[in-house]
Amino acid sequence: MAASESTRTGRSAAGTLPRRGRPGLHPAVRYLGGRVLTALVSLLAVMVTSFFLFRVLPGDPVSALTQGRSVSVEQLEAMRRDFGLDQPLPQQFADYCLGMLTLDFGMSYQYRVPVADLIAERIGPTLLLAGTGTVIAAILGLVLGTRAGWRRGSLMDRVDTGIALALWSVPSFWLGLLLIVLLASGVGLFPTSGMSSPGVEGTFAVALDVGHHLVLPVATMVAVVYAQYMMIMRSSVLDEMGSDYLTTARAKGLRDSLVLRRHAVPNALLPTVTLIFLNLGRVVSGVILIETVFAWPGLGSLFYSGLRVPDLPIVQALFVVFAGSVILMNLLADLVYPLLDPRVRT
Amino acid sequence: MSRAALVWTRRRRALAGYARAFAGNRGGLAGLAVLALIVLAALTAPLFVDKAALSLTGAEGGRFQPPGPGFPLGTDAFGRSVLDLVVWGARISLTVGFLAAFVSVALGTLVGVVAGHYAGWSGNVLMRVTDWFAVLPALVMAVALAAVMSRSTLTIIIAIGVTAWPTTARVVRAQTLAVEARPFIERARALGGGHVHVMLRHVLPNVLPVVLAQTTLLVAEAILMEATLAFLGLGDPGTISWGGIIQEARNAGAISSGIWWYMIPPGVAIAVVALSFTMCGRALEGVLNPRLRERR
Repeated sequence: MAASESTRTGRSAAGTLPRRGRPGLHPAVRYLGGRVLTALVSLLAVMVTSFFLFRVLPGDPVSALTQGRSVSVEQLEAMRRDFGLDQPLPQQFADYCLGMLTLDFGMSYQYRVPVADLIAERIGPTLLLAGTGTVIAAILGLVLGTRAGWRRGSLMDRVDTGIALALWSVPSFWLGLLLIVLLASGVGLFPTSGMSSPGVEGTFAVALDVGHHLVLPVATMVAVVYAQYMMIMRSSVLDEMGSDYLTTARAKGLRDSLVLRRHAVPNALLPTVTLIFLNLGRVVSGVILIETVFAWPGLGSLFYSGLRVPDLPIVQALFVVFAGSVILMNLLADLVYPLLDPRVRT
Repeated sequence: MSRAALVWTRRRRALAGYARAFAGNRGGLAGLAVLALIVLAALTAPLFVDKAALSLTGAEGGRFQPPGPGFPLGTDAFGRSVLDLVVWGARISLTVGFLAAFVSVALGTLVGVVAGHYAGWSGNVLMRVTDWFAVLPALVMAVALAAVMSRSTLTIIIAIGVTAWPTTARVVRAQTLAVEARPFIERARALGGGHVHVMLRHVLPNVLPVVLAQTTLLVAEAILMEATLAFLGLGDPGTISWGGIIQEARNAGAISSGIWWYMIPPGVAIAVVALSFTMCGRALEGVLNPRLRERR
């Protein structure tokens, strides 16, 4: 749905604006500028939301941090001053906005290090997990979806679709726990948590070790996620099925597999690629659960640990990061689509 | 035949046609049957499950008793029957699923129809707001909302309902635009029908089929989201829900000590219910959307 929406607006933006637009500005530039501007406005709105959403979190961060220790009122006041919590709300908001612009997200209350450093440290593992999972899920989904769509109604289609939908209905955290019980804690085939074992040295050994830790989280993610790519690809293949150019290709005497590979798939890929991009942004926040279950040292577990305190600088910065990744991917989808589909270009 | 009778005959005939088409989809039919069974079990649970035996103090079994006579699925860390817990958990999961889907669909339909009807400036503003909500990652937003508000079932319903509506709004708006372009809307306007009349009497009935299919799919999503929030410890600690049971199992160390009967049943229950709703939703979509029907 989102894709057809953006396609439609994309087409009208590229199609009608040049006639109405100021002379001298290339339509592509106008299109690009419009998209980037929209994305920036969204990002601004997200920043504002993030600030006010988490200000109403219950609990006082200062008293949560000093729990179990005897602290004097002066010390509490000093902590409040350090965090800037003694300032009036408008002043806090102004500081927050200025900080965001310079990528200074403030100090984490619980770790006492700049949030920007924490994010920089944690973003790698998240990207590794989300990236590997998405690539595998997308390839698997595209291949299975093409097969299922091309032979729709066949036994294979029904079995593949059934398995995909069943896995899609499974809660990811439960599947992760199940895999831990079956393959990690009992049999000991894979590590149960974390990203690396202590004492491993050497580039190759470390890579192998991380890969070993990566197997179960990625498997969980792929199993739960690939169904949506598959269903999208299946329905776009189905959309192309009745097309005249396929009849023509067959009439030329092309083999069925060639008709599929050279004619149907390239056209069916167009809407799918857009939808994959639209999904990519959600993937980053979607790994929160998997990171929690496997104790993966990424942004998701950082967000979760931040919510508990509440560690305001961490949660509000991560909220912006998560929403920002969706905005960025939406923007990329808008920009990539005209490159892929000449019909959208003017 | 009076006008009303004519209308009703026509509606009955259309409904019978839909029912026949739905019955032709075996997956949808199976999903519907499973759902009927689970709803029945959830409704009649108080008849065969003793609520007192589900409290932490009134439990009858021993700690982590494996499946056996008296406890078909074993017992949990407090000696409660896991089977009873799962049956009782269906009540919360289904309630939250239905209500959250209803909240988000109602909100989405309202925004979608209004944005589609007032297609100009105000509709655009509404859709921008929708786009902005769609950008907010649903899980993060729901987690944040559930953390911000008090821990109750209502909070979870609101958190899911508020984050899931943009999809419905977009689908409904597209459908509204398609309906509004048809001549009978112009006729209604020419006869003096106002905005509210057109939206309620002409657009809404034509949009509802799409909304219905959307709702069914959303219930599956809402049930998964509820389980997720409960698993993260954001649910109501006083109620028994499937996600909550899995969280308790994890906290009690069922993962490392291999107490499979504690962890597997609630997860299977979530998956079966979510899958059934998805199957029903897809079947409904196929029945109500003619474009999909002819190619299946």
